[in-house]
Amino acid sequence: MTLQVELVSPERILWSGEADMVIARTIDGEIAFLSNHAPFIGALGIGRVQINLPDGGVVRAAVHGGFVEVSNNKVTVLSDVAELSGDIDVARAQEALRRAETSAQSDANAEELGAAKLRAELRIAIATAA
Amino acid sequence: MAGGQERILRRRIKSVQNTKKITKAMELIAASRIVRSQQRVAAARPYAEQITNVIGNLAGAGAEVSSPLLQINDNPATIAFLVITGDRGLAGAYNSNVIRLAEREIRAAKAAGQDTRLVVVGKKAQSYFRFRGEAVDASFVGMTDLPTYENAREVASFVTEKFESGEYEAVQLVYTQFFSVGTQRVVSARFMPLDRSQLEAAPASEGPKPAYEFEPEPGAILERLLPRYAEARLFAALLDASASEHANRQRAMKSATDNADDLITRLSRIMNRARQDSITSEIMEIVGGAEALSADKGSPVDLLLDRTFPPDLFEQHDHATPHAHQ
Repeated sequence: MTLQVELVSPERILWSGEADMVIARTIDGEIAFLSNHAPFIGALGIGRVQINLPDGGVVRAAVHGGFVEVSNNKVTVLSDVAELSGDIDVARAQEALRRAETSAQSDANAEELGAAKLRAELRIAIATAA
Repeated sequence: MAGGQERILRRRIKSVQNTKKITKAMELIAASRIVRSQQRVAAARPYAEQITNVIGNLAGAGAEVSSPLLQINDNPATIAFLVITGDRGLAGAYNSNVIRLAEREIRAAKAAGQDTRLVVVGKKAQSYFRFRGEAVDASFVGMTDLPTYENAREVASFVTEKFESGEYEAVQLVYTQFFSVGTQRVVSARFMPLDRSQLEAAPASEGPKPAYEFEPEPGAILERLLPRYAEARLFAALLDASASEHANRQRAMKSATDNADDLITRLSRIMNRARQDSITSEIMEIVGGAEALSADKGSPVDLLLDRTFPPDLFEQHDHATPHAHQ
C-alpha cells in the first residue's frame, strides 16, 4: 500500500505520484507519514518536504509555509511557495543568503531578514542534497 | 485629375493593409494567450479545490475562529470595490463593461447611504476613476496580462489589512468571469467577509468524515488558512479576468481585421473604377481629337503633311530670271 502524494502550489501541481513515505516540517516539528496514517491536517513552516518513492528514489522540495492534509492514504501538500530541488537556482539562493547576512548587521527588520536567510539556507541545503 | 484620385486611393489601401497586418498579429497573439490563460486556470484549480476542502474539514471539525475575515456584517457602513480591468484597450467593450457595472454598484451603495471606497487593478480602471474624480485607495497595474500568484498576494494583503483594521466593512469584487472563449460575464461578488456557508458546504460529498488530528490546533490552522484562501480566490479572479481580456481582444481584433478586408475590397473597387474612368476618358480624348481633325479635312489622305504643300510653289509667278537648269 503506497501513498498518493500531491505537492501543490497556488499556480500549479509541482509533483504528484506514489510514495512510500512523506516527511514534512510543521510549525511544531518534523512529521513523517507512512501508509495508513491517521487523518491529519497541519500547518507547515519553512522547511523541506521529502518524498520517498517506492523505487528508492527521493524527491526533495523547499516549502516556505503551507499546509499538509492526510486522509485515506492521500497526502496533499499545499504550499504557498515551493520549489523542487531540481528547480532551485543555487547561485541565486547564495546571493540571497549573502544579501540577508550583510543587511542583517545594518537593518532593523530582523524578523523578515531572518526568514529570508532561513529560506535561502533551505534552498541551498535542498539543492545540494539532491 | 483622375490620376490624382487613383494615387490617393492607392495610398489609403496601403495604409489599411498595414493596419490589417497589425490587427491580425494582435489577434493571433491574443488567441495564443487565451490558451495559456486557460492552462493557468486549470493548473491553479487543484490548489483552490484543496484549500477549500481543508477549510471545510476544519470547519467540520468544529474549528472556531474569531477571525474578522468571517465576521458577517449585514449592514456594512463602508464598502470597498475591488475592480479588475485590463491595462490596455483594444479589447472591445471589456474594460467599459467592468467599469459600468462598478459604477452602477457604487451608485447603488451610495444611494443606500453607504460609504464607498475603491481599489483598482488595471490602468484602464485607474485612469477612468481618476478622471471622474473618485478617490482610489490603491491601484495595481501591470499584472493583468499575465497575473502571478505573487500579484494576487500583493492585492489581497492590502485589502485584507484594510478589512481587518475595520476600515472596510465589506469588499465587493467586480471582474469578468471566463466561461469559454465565446462567453464571458461581468460579475460583482462578495470578496470579504468570506462566505462561511460556502466553506462549510464544500466537503460534505466525500463519504464519512474522517476524524482528523491537527497540528497545531484547528483554530490556529484556520487562522493561517483564511488569508491564503482569500489570496487563492483573488488569484482565480485575476486569471479569469486575464483570460476574458484576451478573449475580448481576440474578438475585437478579428472584427478589425475583417473590417480591414472589407475596406480594402471596397477601396480597390473604387480605385479600379477611377483608373478605368481615366483610361476611358483618355481614349475618348484621343478619339475625339482624331475625329475633330478628320472632320476638318474630309479625307484621311489630307492628313499627310506633304500634300498640303503645292507641288511647285513658284510656277504661279513670273520669273525675272530663267531657271538655271532649263
